[in-house]
Amino acid sequence: MTAVTALRGMPTAASAATAAPRLRIEDVRLEYTTRQGKTVLAIDDISIDVPDNQFAVIVGPSGCGKSSLLYLVAGLNEPTSGRILLGNEEVDGPGTDRGMVFQSYTLFPWLTVRENVEFGLKRRKVPPAERDEIVNRYLNETGLAAFHDAYPKQLSGGMMQRVAIARALANDPKILLMDEPFGALDSQTRNSMQKLLLRVWEQHKKTVLFVTHDIDEAILLGDRIYVMTARPGRLKEEVVVDIPRPRSLDMVMDPAFIAVKRKILELLKNEIKDDEH
Amino acid sequence: MARKRSIVDLCLTPKAEIPTGLRFAVSTLMWLLVIGTWSLATYGGFMQEIFLPSPTAVVAAFFRLFEDGTLGQHIWASVQVVVIGFVISSVIAVPLGLLMGTFRVVQAGLEPLVNFIRYLPVTSFVPLFILWIGIGIEQRIMVIFFGTFFQQLVMIADVSRGVQKDLLNASYTLGATRRDAVLHVLAPAAMPGVLDTLRVTMGWAWTYLVVAELVAASSGLGYISMKAMRGFQVDVIFLAIAVIGLLGLLTDLVFRLLRMRLVAWAN
Repeated sequence: MTAVTALRGMPTAASAATAAPRLRIEDVRLEYTTRQGKTVLAIDDISIDVPDNQFAVIVGPSGCGKSSLLYLVAGLNEPTSGRILLGNEEVDGPGTDRGMVFQSYTLFPWLTVRENVEFGLKRRKVPPAERDEIVNRYLNETGLAAFHDAYPKQLSGGMMQRVAIARALANDPKILLMDEPFGALDSQTRNSMQKLLLRVWEQHKKTVLFVTHDIDEAILLGDRIYVMTARPGRLKEEVVVDIPRPRSLDMVMDPAFIAVKRKILELLKNEIKDDEH
Repeated sequence: MARKRSIVDLCLTPKAEIPTGLRFAVSTLMWLLVIGTWSLATYGGFMQEIFLPSPTAVVAAFFRLFEDGTLGQHIWASVQVVVIGFVISSVIAVPLGLLMGTFRVVQAGLEPLVNFIRYLPVTSFVPLFILWIGIGIEQRIMVIFFGTFFQQLVMIADVSRGVQKDLLNASYTLGATRRDAVLHVLAPAAMPGVLDTLRVTMGWAWTYLVVAELVAASSGLGYISMKAMRGFQVDVIFLAIAVIGLLGLLTDLVFRLLRMRLVAWAN
């Protein structure tokens, strides 16, 4: 925590790309107006600095605005005030430097697995030969090579999210945004997807901003966990996960893991109690 | 071992599947019942031939009109009216409906007006159409157009509104422009719904045919039916109704095949 705050004041140009905070969310506030004309405060002054190559996880009670925050970073929605910076550039609308995996299945059902992964490359006018090479690489990495000609309808939920991950990575974004991507999967599929994501992430070491309400998932995947309060969402605490990598699923029994889990549960327990009505 | 459930039990359970043989038998039985009642009423002399023709009379009418070539002529006249009216309507309604469901400004502009016109009875416009565009084929096409266009517009706008917004969002994060999102995401995503709408409204177009040919037509299935009424040829009226029904069924089949072919990914 102290290291992060120290970096924040430093001029970004002075530090090398490896040390510079890659993603900075500065005093972001989000209000929206309901159909009845009421103004609701969804996110209240959140500031988060995610250093480069970090796996950052946001956890919080449901409705705390954690997904909304991710949509803001993606540029799919605008904050009421505050700003979001990626490197030195302020986020202004969606861009290929921020890849996103959505909670709902968002594969294009009329395209095959291969064509789905190719979608972003085509929009960016990458030449066909290079396109094929990139697509094949990510299909192999996510274990989808055998299904490249299948349509999304023929795939299971886990498989669809694999394609969504491959599709986002194929564009080689600077940061990967993941909005509860495994939320709808059964626990076994979820575990195998977590393993896959860890493997892929350790290979690419991209900055990841991952939203979940599953605490085990947060600790297993994250370098740091941002715990949010109930609505209006504020940053309650940043927890650094000091568990060595590579990580595996059996670590959930380790004392270090359990210690972090206890801490986060404690932080969240108060939130859920506060929110009871 | 699981106890086998009785047929009666299956038939009385909501949404339970029944054996294929039984389903087929019940469907056939229903047809036989209708034709049987019809035969009984006519051959049994319960109904006068002048009000209800016998099945053989209708079949005879078919061969009579088929052999002298008039049936083919009238079918062709009707098909022309329905198809031209339907195609003109669809060509405008599909893109406009997609825009209406996609852009709130188009929706705000068109929806209140379209919803008003949609509930105006087509029949009440027939005198106006005659006054404006005469009694040629254009008038009949206009009736079909008017009957299908506004319904199509509203239904296709709904289809487009139903396209998941995150599908567009996903395309934006992948580098799609707004134009890309409309052409490469919204349009293909709406395809199955658009084809379903076309199939349903094609059926409605056939039902407007008789209204279109009621006044001032000199050919077509609706026309022979009107003429037959004046001459008390009930068998011809029955024939015309049956032919319209069969043509409707045929176009429905064509649209089903088209949907299976064009949007195989949605099945």
